Amino acid sequence: MALSRRQFIQIGAGGAGGAALATGLPTRWWGLDGDPTPDPRTDGDQVVASYCELCFWGCGVLAHVKDGRVTKITGNPAHPLSRGMLCPRGAGGTGLLYDPDRLQRPLLRRAKRGEDVFEEVSWDAALGKVAEGLEGVKQRHGPEALALFTHGSGGAWFKQFMKAWGSPNIGAPSYAQCRGPREAAFQLTFGTPLGSPEPLDLANARCITLIGSHLGENMHNTQVQELADALGAGAQLVVVDPRFSVAASKARYWLPIKPGTDIALLLSWIHVLLAEGLYDAAYLAEHATGLEELKAHVATSTPEWAGAITGLDPGLIRASARLIGAARPASLIHPGRHTVWYGDDTQRERAMAILVALLGSWGRRGGYVKQDKFPLAGYPHGGLPPPATRPKVDKPKGGRYPLASEVLASGLCDATRPGQSLYDLKAWMVYGCNLIQAMPDRPRLIEAIQQLELLVAVDVLPAEICGFADVVLPEATYLERDDDAWNGPWRQPFLAVRQMVVPPLYDSKPGWWIVKELAAKVGLSSHFPWKDAREYVQARLAVKGQSWEVLSTTGVLMGEPFPTCQEDGAELTLETESGKIELYSQELADLDFDPLPVFRPQEEAPPDHFRLLSGRAPLHTFGRTVNNRLLAEPYPENEVWLNADAAARLPGFERRPLEQGEKVVLVNQDGVRSTPVKVKLTQRIRTDCVFMVHGWGQTAAKQRYAFGRGASDALLTTRYKLDPIMGGTGMNVNFVRFERAPEVA
Amino acid sequence: MTELDVARHSHLVDPQLHVWGWEIPVYLFLGGMAAGVMILTTLLLARPGERSRALRWLPFAAPALVTVGMVALFLDLEHKLFVWRFYLAFRWTSPMSWGAWILLVVYPVSLLVALAALADDQAGWLAGRLGPLGGLVRRARALALPRAEGLRAANLVVGIGLGLYTGVLLSTLGARALWASSVLGPLFLVSGLSTGAALLMLFPVSHDERHALARWDLWAIGAEVVLLLLFLVGLASGPAASQAAAGLLLGGPYTAAFWALVVVTGLGVPALLEVLEGRKVLRATLVAPALVLVGGLALRWIMVAAGQV
Amino acid sequence: MTARRYAMAVDTRRCVGCNACVISCKTENALPSGGFRDWIVQEVHGTFPDLTMQIRSERCNHCGDTPCVAACPTGASHVADGGVVLVSKHKCTGCKACMASCPYGARWVHPDGYVDKCTFCLHRVERGQVPACQETCPTRALTFGDLADPASEVSRLVNRRPNLVLQPGAGTRPYVFFLT
Repeated sequence: MALSRRQFIQIGAGGAGGAALATGLPTRWWGLDGDPTPDPRTDGDQVVASYCELCFWGCGVLAHVKDGRVTKITGNPAHPLSRGMLCPRGAGGTGLLYDPDRLQRPLLRRAKRGEDVFEEVSWDAALGKVAEGLEGVKQRHGPEALALFTHGSGGAWFKQFMKAWGSPNIGAPSYAQCRGPREAAFQLTFGTPLGSPEPLDLANARCITLIGSHLGENMHNTQVQELADALGAGAQLVVVDPRFSVAASKARYWLPIKPGTDIALLLSWIHVLLAEGLYDAAYLAEHATGLEELKAHVATSTPEWAGAITGLDPGLIRASARLIGAARPASLIHPGRHTVWYGDDTQRERAMAILVALLGSWGRRGGYVKQDKFPLAGYPHGGLPPPATRPKVDKPKGGRYPLASEVLASGLCDATRPGQSLYDLKAWMVYGCNLIQAMPDRPRLIEAIQQLELLVAVDVLPAEICGFADVVLPEATYLERDDDAWNGPWRQPFLAVRQMVVPPLYDSKPGWWIVKELAAKVGLSSHFPWKDAREYVQARLAVKGQSWEVLSTTGVLMGEPFPTCQEDGAELTLETESGKIELYSQELADLDFDPLPVFRPQEEAPPDHFRLLSGRAPLHTFGRTVNNRLLAEPYPENEVWLNADAAARLPGFERRPLEQGEKVVLVNQDGVRSTPVKVKLTQRIRTDCVFMVHGWGQTAAKQRYAFGRGASDALLTTRYKLDPIMGGTGMNVNFVRFERAPEVA
Repeated sequence: MTELDVARHSHLVDPQLHVWGWEIPVYLFLGGMAAGVMILTTLLLARPGERSRALRWLPFAAPALVTVGMVALFLDLEHKLFVWRFYLAFRWTSPMSWGAWILLVVYPVSLLVALAALADDQAGWLAGRLGPLGGLVRRARALALPRAEGLRAANLVVGIGLGLYTGVLLSTLGARALWASSVLGPLFLVSGLSTGAALLMLFPVSHDERHALARWDLWAIGAEVVLLLLFLVGLASGPAASQAAAGLLLGGPYTAAFWALVVVTGLGVPALLEVLEGRKVLRATLVAPALVLVGGLALRWIMVAAGQV
Repeated sequence: MTARRYAMAVDTRRCVGCNACVISCKTENALPSGGFRDWIVQEVHGTFPDLTMQIRSERCNHCGDTPCVAACPTGASHVADGGVVLVSKHKCTGCKACMASCPYGARWVHPDGYVDKCTFCLHRVERGQVPACQETCPTRALTFGDLADPASEVSRLVNRRPNLVLQPGAGTRPYVFFLT
């Protein structure tokens, strides 16, 4: 390289001489211009308000545009969810917009499904192919044979399409693979599911209890802000986690629980609260039923009993229970979000809901408060589409999971395998969710995919699922498109705008455009009378005289504040059949489930195996951000956390123990092997489990940065335990052993 | 037990401690050797009696070595086109700045000394070979000859400054425990003398001159051993960071190289050879000076590399 | 009126180590791939289950005693308004003496050939804004301000809360304080 270096210097010298002549009076060259403050000049000539799509939280952002490029993204101070602050992903949105691996043009599959061989075609050809496929499926199997999997705000257009098309099979992994059990449990106990964002008043809590939730690594912006505010105001934190999480490091009490034994701990906490009178008796007397049954149920669930099961010191259990009880009613048991662990998850969440009730924090300041949506009218067009004639098909024949309140994505996958359900699904549209990483039991998923007559994937990046699609439609990123307004529930209702910051790169198109064009091709144009997404939102606002001007310039429209907790004069919302908090659930009893949560031991790890746990890193949203160069730089790959002492006595590694950062291969109980992944030897985890951040181990080679980095917990999740109450897929039931990664030649 | 997790995974910032590669030790080695050449040729030229024709040429070695060293330094600069920035400022707190300016002084002084040292026929030959520059050579020599003594004094001073500077450059960087020692300046100076003497011994100087160089080299090696000892004792008796730094040379990753290359190859063996040669037990060969040169380069290399761990 | 003395308080109790400061810094300052002016350190002590962890958002300490400025041969590294340590890139040769002299590893070589580091976003501060890292921090763990002004928030925090600086033994008098 000596020659090229010399050449470089010569070329550089010539160039610099020319530049010096060109500037004429080179005051800078003589240092006469002093030391001006360096200014990177990234402030936008234009600043556009919108909301974020790096995760589902939907924080308000301000996008700075200079010379046609988005230079930076900051939080919108007017937006209630971001309050001017962003998590790293929100700040790193340009890494998605300018990802060099983005899908650029529509693609048609040219080889076997999964081989990821495609041909670029025009939108007309691609949508024509989709329309042709859909019409064929409709003729042969009926419109309901089409399912939609969706994640993210842009999916709303595709849901509209499904309704117009006549299929009820709209699912999202965010229910049965994520928050479903807690929705069912809170519905059973208080009559309402929690939804997103959760109706939690973290900021005013005096004690916050996290059970398996690693808030802080899990960057739900508003919640993390409020958690910090609460801690700053002196609130206490109790964290139950087999891992010394970031939250655990800030906790008054960390309970390093044996995985799978949470219900025992919760029952013993309930036991202590009841035995020591640390519950809100007056509140329960007025609002709850089943206290006596509960007392009898936990009579023997002492901390000593639970200590033997959970591996926790009974003194620690008792002390933490007392701290939790003393802070009532502003003692917040966080419901968690990713709650599908062991198949008994609704019951675990029920135990948490019962604790919430005992503490009297439902409907109270510093607890669970009321939220409402901004009063936005529908688009004023005539006539709703006809309702689908056949019911949704996400449950097996004979109908199980009686309390599932949303469509089971896993059920839709199963209904694609012939003969499993009432009828077979024959076509999928997959919008912005990479089912390959989201679903357990990958071989079974791929088997279902191979049964399809049509698979259409809509995405921004060439995600793994795109490799299996017949048609891949490249969507514009959230910074390049208008969308429907955000209208989620909040303590003060608000509406947030999504608007195009810069025009779409390449030949990508916004979701509304894709849907409108597709609808035209299948003769459903009458259901999409709006001109574009902006006109759609403007027309909805116009119904009640709400201001597009304010919404589009400030990014939000605020609704009227209203009382959100009892202290402010709000009534409790209890929409159970009895109108009371149901500590004892007659509904469950009637369905032959345990009316009160019961601890049943989980399967133990086979010899030399560790239970596989997974979670989040603050820089990443599942596998969606792992190719984002900005976000990947500080966190380029996941590692498998292994207790350092367990590593020192790992069977098979006696002669040469594992070293920090060494690459290993994980092999699960079914012999499935992970890609090589670095091992993190740490004191921060129990000796009976390992942990990895979800989302790596991507097999899509076209995501050039992410490909081959880290390992996938989803790949190793070949087993799952179904929650019989709501159909959640409990995934923490897999075990792995370690092998040294083969040396790369 | 302590676990440290730093989230900056990048080649730009991750190995940020290791800021200097091969260029700086090479530069320090050549600069030190040039300093040695300046000092030793001045001393030899000041001696009464005959001078060999080789010795008359040798003062030119100093600017030549400095030039090669500066090329190495230049290669290390990340923004090479701004090298002239060194000469728009003099920062008295910055050894790097001192060095830049010393290098600039080295040229006129050492070149004039060298021209004055030439015999008339050598100067004539040189002027003839340089074509258009010949006139300049003649005029410069005419300027230098009557002032030879003063110039040699200046050469001595600048040489000592240059030699000290090569060590001080490192020793002022207090963030690196291994370098934070005031012994480094004198240590690198005597090492420079030793390597300078070794270089001169590679040329066909007279027997008498060679003998003097060998004697001086022995003194320099002796001083170097003492200073190295002081350096290590100073580190080992210092605070924890210093002790850790000493550990690099006393039982750590650089121990083998340090003892084998610097102490045995660069100091012990050549000293022994020179003693034996001085006592006429052995015939003088090029082995001893070659080993000294290896040891001198190794010393800089190990010090720069180990200091950045 | 005394001269300004800019400083930052980093609340290790609030910080969750999310790296929002890092990403905002990168986009605000248009840093190249691989360059970081701030970063997160998690320091864990103890053995399972008796563990403590301190999380720090670290950056240049804008020291009161600046070995980097002393080591700079060209005057590129200098102390600007309020004690902020800056590098004038048009004067920097990239000799790296400042990097060798910094006990904190806060400096790195920009691919354009000059040494780069945190500026406390002085360009923003001059416009009356806070540094980009502070602006985005979801836990409001970062507080920038004038330590010479006893009424400033940063003065209040540093004076009232226990805190530490990094490597006090280096004698650099850092102006980034970690509240514990």
